[in-house]
Amino acid sequence: MAVTTMIGARIQRREDPKLITGHGNFIDDVNLVNMAHMSVVRSPHAHARIRSIDISAALASKGVVAVLTAADFKAVIGGPLPVTNAFVPDKRQVPEQFPIAADEVAYAGEPVAVVVAEDRYLADDAAQLVMVDYEPLPAVMDIEKAMEPGSPLVKSDRSDNIGWDAAFPGGDIDAAFAEADVVLKQRIGQQRVFPTAMETRGCVADYIPYDNRCTLWTSTQVPHFIRLFVGGALGVPESQFRVVSHDVGGGFGAKLRPYPEEYLATAASKLTERPVKWIEDRTESLQATTQGRGQIFDVEVAAKRDGTLLGLKFTQLLDIGAYHGVFSAFQVVACLLGGGCYTWKAINARSIGVFTNRMSTDPYRGAGRPEATHLVERIVDLVALELGMDPAEVRRKNFITSFPHTNNFGLVYDSGEYAKSLDRAMANIDYPALRKRQEELRAKGRYTGIGFSTYVEICGLGPSSATAPAAGIALVESSMVRVHPAGSVTVSVGTHAHGQGHETTFAQIVADTLGVPYDSVEIRHGDTGDTPFGYGTYGSRSLAVGGMAIMASCHKVVEKAKKLAAHAFEASEEDIVVDQGRYSVRGNPGEAKALAELAFASYGAGLPEGMEHGLEAVSYFDPPNFVWPFGCHICAVEVDPETGAVSIDRYVAVDDCGNVINPMVVDGQLHGGIAQGISQALFEEVQYDDETGQMLTGTMLDYLIPTMAEMPHFELDRTVTPSPTNELGVKGIGEAGTIASSIAVINAITDALTPFGIKHVEMPARPDRLWSMIKEARA
Amino acid sequence: MITAPFEYARPGSVDETQSLLNKYGSDAKVIAGGQSLIPLMRLRLSQPTALIDIQGIPGLNEVRRDNGSVEIGALVRHVDIQRNAMLRESLPILVEMSNDVGDNQVRNLGTIGGVIAHGDAAGDYNAAALMLDAEIITNKRRHQARDFYRDIFTTALEHDEVVTAVRFPVSTGRFAYTKFRRRLYDWAIAGVAVQETGSSWRVGYVNLATTPRRGSAVEAALAGGASAADAAAQSGSDIDPTSDVRATAEYKRHLTQVLTVRTLQKATMAA
Amino acid sequence: MTQSVAMTINGRRREDHVEPRLLLVHYLREVAGLTGTHIACDTSQCGACTVLIDGEAVKSCSVFTVQANGRQVTTIEGLAEDGVLHPVQQAFWNEHGLQCGFCTPGFIMAAAYLLKQNPSPTDEEIERGLEGNLCRCTGYENIRKAVRSASQAMNGTAAEPSAQLVGSAAAPVED
Repeated sequence: MAVTTMIGARIQRREDPKLITGHGNFIDDVNLVNMAHMSVVRSPHAHARIRSIDISAALASKGVVAVLTAADFKAVIGGPLPVTNAFVPDKRQVPEQFPIAADEVAYAGEPVAVVVAEDRYLADDAAQLVMVDYEPLPAVMDIEKAMEPGSPLVKSDRSDNIGWDAAFPGGDIDAAFAEADVVLKQRIGQQRVFPTAMETRGCVADYIPYDNRCTLWTSTQVPHFIRLFVGGALGVPESQFRVVSHDVGGGFGAKLRPYPEEYLATAASKLTERPVKWIEDRTESLQATTQGRGQIFDVEVAAKRDGTLLGLKFTQLLDIGAYHGVFSAFQVVACLLGGGCYTWKAINARSIGVFTNRMSTDPYRGAGRPEATHLVERIVDLVALELGMDPAEVRRKNFITSFPHTNNFGLVYDSGEYAKSLDRAMANIDYPALRKRQEELRAKGRYTGIGFSTYVEICGLGPSSATAPAAGIALVESSMVRVHPAGSVTVSVGTHAHGQGHETTFAQIVADTLGVPYDSVEIRHGDTGDTPFGYGTYGSRSLAVGGMAIMASCHKVVEKAKKLAAHAFEASEEDIVVDQGRYSVRGNPGEAKALAELAFASYGAGLPEGMEHGLEAVSYFDPPNFVWPFGCHICAVEVDPETGAVSIDRYVAVDDCGNVINPMVVDGQLHGGIAQGISQALFEEVQYDDETGQMLTGTMLDYLIPTMAEMPHFELDRTVTPSPTNELGVKGIGEAGTIASSIAVINAITDALTPFGIKHVEMPARPDRLWSMIKEARA
Repeated sequence: MITAPFEYARPGSVDETQSLLNKYGSDAKVIAGGQSLIPLMRLRLSQPTALIDIQGIPGLNEVRRDNGSVEIGALVRHVDIQRNAMLRESLPILVEMSNDVGDNQVRNLGTIGGVIAHGDAAGDYNAAALMLDAEIITNKRRHQARDFYRDIFTTALEHDEVVTAVRFPVSTGRFAYTKFRRRLYDWAIAGVAVQETGSSWRVGYVNLATTPRRGSAVEAALAGGASAADAAAQSGSDIDPTSDVRATAEYKRHLTQVLTVRTLQKATMAA
Repeated sequence: MTQSVAMTINGRRREDHVEPRLLLVHYLREVAGLTGTHIACDTSQCGACTVLIDGEAVKSCSVFTVQANGRQVTTIEGLAEDGVLHPVQQAFWNEHGLQCGFCTPGFIMAAAYLLKQNPSPTDEEIERGLEGNLCRCTGYENIRKAVRSASQAMNGTAAEPSAQLVGSAAAPVED
């Protein structure tokens, strides 16, 4: 049995030397000979009919290679963008979205033409000269008005503005409410936010007509997906379509689908017989990259006077945007997780997806789980306030305590110890002292608040048994492990990191599992040309699913190495002992062979009869269940009642993601995740004009991503409850911070404002909004 | 986000600048640090046909004190103001403001002349110029700050006029500046500057109307012996804010009162 | 229409003819081939494009190449000397001050400038010194830490690096 040396170690990332010296290879760093540049002409209207497009002036502009519109693209792009089933296989309407609008635009930013020119400056110049004659149509911007019969339609191909209406019954809800001492109702919003990867999207397409081959470099989380769909639409078989994604400057869910521009650039390359580069600028990005959240929850809770939670009813109204995001219905998972880490007699949820004249929403870090946590943690605080109980006590009283636990919708929580993380977090922040200080300060007219978030999340997507019926795809993951003759190891995987440090952490796993030096292991990802088919990186799945696919291949290699060792030592395979990569016969550890020696032998002569040459394995891992990270975050804030400004005094988190491969990387994921939730709670909101549908937050001057000065120090701690679902005992950590944090902040602000009789605060808690709430409460 | 094409010239003197401006006409613009202009050009919200880059003109980057005034050359950058010991003595409120303009990178390029010529109500120095009765010196004339700011991004400058310096009275009384914003380096949602001059107070407002504003009503109330809170209650007639993506107009009016009180308190307590 | 420019980039002089509207960041990336300087916001909020002109940090997406004519420009590629990482680079690596790495060159350049101006900044001075740079991955926690640790290294008061070097015999760490 190998002794763990690398798993669990804090190892500096091998990704970093190139990135800190300016030698990363991001999408705009890809340059090809004879490459032309594409600029996309986008609709300035949220909804309009296109009467005509005059490209003559643009065509005559300096350096222009081609100006292309829908008619040109229809000849080479074979179909619409994909939409997956996600959690709503029976959608009411799935309107087709072609990558470029032909006669009607349905959101500001929708492509209507492209210009291909010798360089990006000339392409931008000519794009200004494409004259589109629009007939503006009413913009449908309000989700609730959009649902009303007789509302103007988001696009003329719809029968109404409803994309789906799905019910999720989880038990006898009437019986649960019949037992209630208190019933409370609350509307809880989730504003639209922009994922804001620092690197915008972009791609370089190089179509070779002579043998129908194409290489597409693109900034994505899902290279194999892109190949499947873009290659399919362009009529290039997967064997001849290579998608390459080198360094990716952040994704956060916004780079996990094929986008119109990837089709358009590839088609433009085919039509112009030139390599074509397109790099999104930030204003385009804010208009035309998918956004997150955009939901309203109407919630009703039933509880007993002693704080026992009984029943939860809620409706999720989800702003789909003009077209379904490829995975937009995934956010319906909020319904299935709305009960959080508590026991409920019944939960009854309904999700209505509504079209509006905005860019599509799609998964954004957490995707449905931050919404679920936000709603249930808000509701639990409301119950505590109503009953005059401490919010921690209501939580503790209702925690799920035995595992595996089957929730109201049949999902099985694998392991957890919720009270332990709550206790640890309360101890770390010194909760009693904080409450005492709160009382003292209130007496002086200062308003501090303490906010809890005890969360559980579903991740490690996902078992095919669950994802195939729900999502229409089996979210398994793949690996290929190849030991070369001299002993170095190449590991190719279907996941694709964009900041998570897989090249380091996966190598840690392989080094231990094969018993080879860490430095001898190379991790490859992001190039469909040398990786097995995989579903990519999102949903905190890369370790629990992808990591396990690597383990599976490593095990196969070890099994073969044992046979090779048995042959070399002329012993029986059962007598071979493996210790940290050294293979020996039981009782004779002095005479051992390293894996490298066995690898060399595997490529040589004299193999055991019937054994093939080489030492390598391919595996696909289909997990038996999801994995369920959890934890407790506590935030302490102070609100200035005169200005409405919020300052975060403390932020304490205790997270449990099962076993940890590299604590430094895990902490880093938490830092970034927590920051994004705090940012949603306090700063970010995509704003459109309610009448015209124009984007009001079209630059990073107006879309507020906080700076270092607005972010508190994060006090992290962890408990370790291994997952029984996989051999590594791991869960996932990419999204946990975001899932937990927005509501910790909002609950703290609400707690601070309790003396004013304020019970609920919406996001973002802008100073002007808090001030006007306080003003109204005082009046 | 590529700027429209333009012609570029780098004159060696103010006279040459003026003749270039006349040559290229009213669509030409003077560029100093470019920290406001270039982002606007990238958004194609500004499309000058020619840029006249004055960075090489000698003598425009000096700070001088004489006869109760400080004259600051148009090319003096925010970072120069931050580090200038004489300004810290003679015009500390401007130094205080300069610490809050943009960020290090912007402060290394942006100039006081650029802020003044751009005439942005959000440009911190414009409120200082207005409240301290500064004089804006150009190649053609001297403008009194009170007559200089006409409308949104509109000043009294003619198209062939270039700001060469700003002259402030030495102001060594008590002072404070509060710039309220959601992110550290943003424009002010509301900015309030106060400066004690002799026995009276000057008050300036940043980004609370289409132009920088002087807190005349507040000043008058203070001169009449009103408390900070009572004086601040007069601020409503000094400003004219609008609602935007950051905050409502109603809030900005309220905030202005709160910040006026706090800024006055800060100034008096600091002394 | 083009203008001739001459500047020294990372110690090497070069001369080119450029359109006046060519942004310095595009000149560095596409003419000089130095792609380490990135563009992320286009409107001078994010600082990913930070380089040094005559030793001073600026946002190269908001500077025209012609404005930098005659100057000395240092990019992320020119920060390490003789193959030895600048202490700020080393500290970002040690402290896990980066994840996707896209904002990192700008942060490192801005931090190097900050520490040159102020070798021992307080946390608040670090925050103010890096207010012009945005990161979406790290929550800034480890960037703050990296700048502190670089400051200590440059002042000779460094503690042991908190991360182990690649290839060293790493033991499991309870943390």
